[in-house]
Amino acid sequence: MYVAVKGGERAIENAHAWLAEERRGDTGIAELSVAQIREQLSLAVNRVMAEGSLYDPDLAALAIKQARGDLIEAIFLIRAYRTTLPRFGASEPVETDEMVCDRRISATFKDAPGGQVLGPTFDYTHRLLDFKLAAEGDLPDAPEAAALEAAVPHITGFLNREGLIQTEDESDATPPDLTREPMELPASRALRLQSLTRGDEGFVLGMAYSTQRGYARNHAFVGELRIGTVEVEMEVPELGFAIGIGEITLTECETVNQFKGSKTEPPQFTRGYGLVFGQTERKAISMALVDRALRWKELGEDDVGAPAQDEEFVLMHADNIQATGFLEHIKLPHYVDFQSELELVRKLRREAEGQEAREAAE
Amino acid sequence: MNEYNFAYLDEQTKRMIRRAILKGLAIPGYQVPFASREMPMPYGWGTGGVQVSAATLVPEDRMKVIDQGADDTTNAVSIRKFFERTAGVETTEETGRATLIQTRHRIPEETLTEDQILVYQVPIPEPLRFLEPRETETRKMHALEEYGLMHVKLYEDISQHGAIATAYAYPVKVEGRYVMDPSPIPKFDNPKMEMAAIQLFGAGREQRIYALPPWCEVVSLDFEDHPFEPSKAEHDCDLCGAGDSYLDEVIVDDAGGRMFVCSDTDYCRGRRAAGHVGAQGVPYEEGAA
Repeated sequence: MYVAVKGGERAIENAHAWLAEERRGDTGIAELSVAQIREQLSLAVNRVMAEGSLYDPDLAALAIKQARGDLIEAIFLIRAYRTTLPRFGASEPVETDEMVCDRRISATFKDAPGGQVLGPTFDYTHRLLDFKLAAEGDLPDAPEAAALEAAVPHITGFLNREGLIQTEDESDATPPDLTREPMELPASRALRLQSLTRGDEGFVLGMAYSTQRGYARNHAFVGELRIGTVEVEMEVPELGFAIGIGEITLTECETVNQFKGSKTEPPQFTRGYGLVFGQTERKAISMALVDRALRWKELGEDDVGAPAQDEEFVLMHADNIQATGFLEHIKLPHYVDFQSELELVRKLRREAEGQEAREAAE
Repeated sequence: MNEYNFAYLDEQTKRMIRRAILKGLAIPGYQVPFASREMPMPYGWGTGGVQVSAATLVPEDRMKVIDQGADDTTNAVSIRKFFERTAGVETTEETGRATLIQTRHRIPEETLTEDQILVYQVPIPEPLRFLEPRETETRKMHALEEYGLMHVKLYEDISQHGAIATAYAYPVKVEGRYVMDPSPIPKFDNPKMEMAAIQLFGAGREQRIYALPPWCEVVSLDFEDHPFEPSKAEHDCDLCGAGDSYLDEVIVDDAGGRMFVCSDTDYCRGRRAAGHVGAQGVPYEEGAA
């Protein structure tokens, strides 16, 4: 006798209980604290903040813990939480010119005002497993230098003085917000940048890499990469002026790209721009390359049909929460659709077999 | 759970969604862009339907949620629980008692009335998507009523297979104007779409809402010499004996044995309660599976 499957509710509850147990792992091992994740897995925290579009290291660390280290799942937790938050207003644009830099490098000039500051980078580490880290131990203090007093001007600003790099149009227009309005295409550059900065790191990296390998090749120099803290200011209506409400860490990348000139533009360098929450330089550089590739139309370049030039393709597929949701939903029950396909294939096969039999008889 | 607003979404968001719904009802079959929110369940799990339901529910509603026609599939259970927690509305498995039904992939067998709303979860709202991947192009095609590509596709099916090889999400034309995706319901359900209830379609990830007001003309695309045919398994339900309901095929043993049962679990239960017994069924007992 067949009994229909029931008990979805109990199955779900039990699955959640099991999941919680698996998340905790062996209880003989000390539990990871949110503060430990925030301090010691900070690059994971940064990625979750950047793609979650919410600057809150503690919540990002909590999300990583809850998601068992699955960063896309953690980003999803942050996004879902972020949606419910009330919006009090918008900050003033941050001044990255005034960034207090931990790291600032230029690949285009050997030296420049503000200097080259390597900062805490993996760049020149030899990727040898450090077995000392497997044992707990104290860390020797890193040497310290006095903080830079002078301002650290943008490298592209120097190029601009000679008119060698294309000037961006200034605008005070309120940028669009794809979390509040449906995506409209063609998109403005501001909307593209918003989409890229919260886009999946792997996707944006792959797109950027494809431009380096010749799909809409536009050789990029890292004019400048800077990582540091900026002050966030907000105008309070009761006061009538802007006050500082906090500091955030940002990674900014400006690329300088070769450019021969076009029907509408004289020969000059052009820019790609990346700005991402936290220390996230792979993402910021990738973003700048993809931004530059997407600018072909406004710079009067040819559409060579490369994926990274295709705004709709890039913007519609950059979001990992959308992508993973739709991809994984195919594991949900589809037996009604499948049944209709079964009937159709059986019918078509019956007809095809009938046809063959008739032909054989003739 | 009081930390969230009634039915989870804030009132401004609901207002934005209701506007999209009203626009959709005013232009039947037209896909209205809306600023879909990130919901606490994944895209692909019914976030569009959930947002439409959340914007439509009132405290007096009695809600039913089905997936594949069944009330007890895991995701239907999960969505029903979500609204029990966030809206505190009464829920039911009985089609006739529900005022709002959220569904994935099926239309209930029982005829719906003008006092009911049917909310569909939609994965890809664009019926032309698999012929033309670009949204910028398909919007133009709808604007210009340029549906030739779709007819060519259906014609090519006939020339290759002798029949239109679309079994679910079978495209329809609404009020002689917009070609619309009915969501992945089996084509068996297509004729039911001309109904007394309001039908609302929500696609969260794709940020689209569309709608059918009551008794809207909904025509499944076909050709005069190859008319549309709704189809189902050529069996009766083995539990309740129904010959008019859409059936699921269930594999029951290792030897290829199978049986056919109603996909609409409430319909099947109701028939068995009324004394109908199928070929492999047993008399109905209250509370038994």
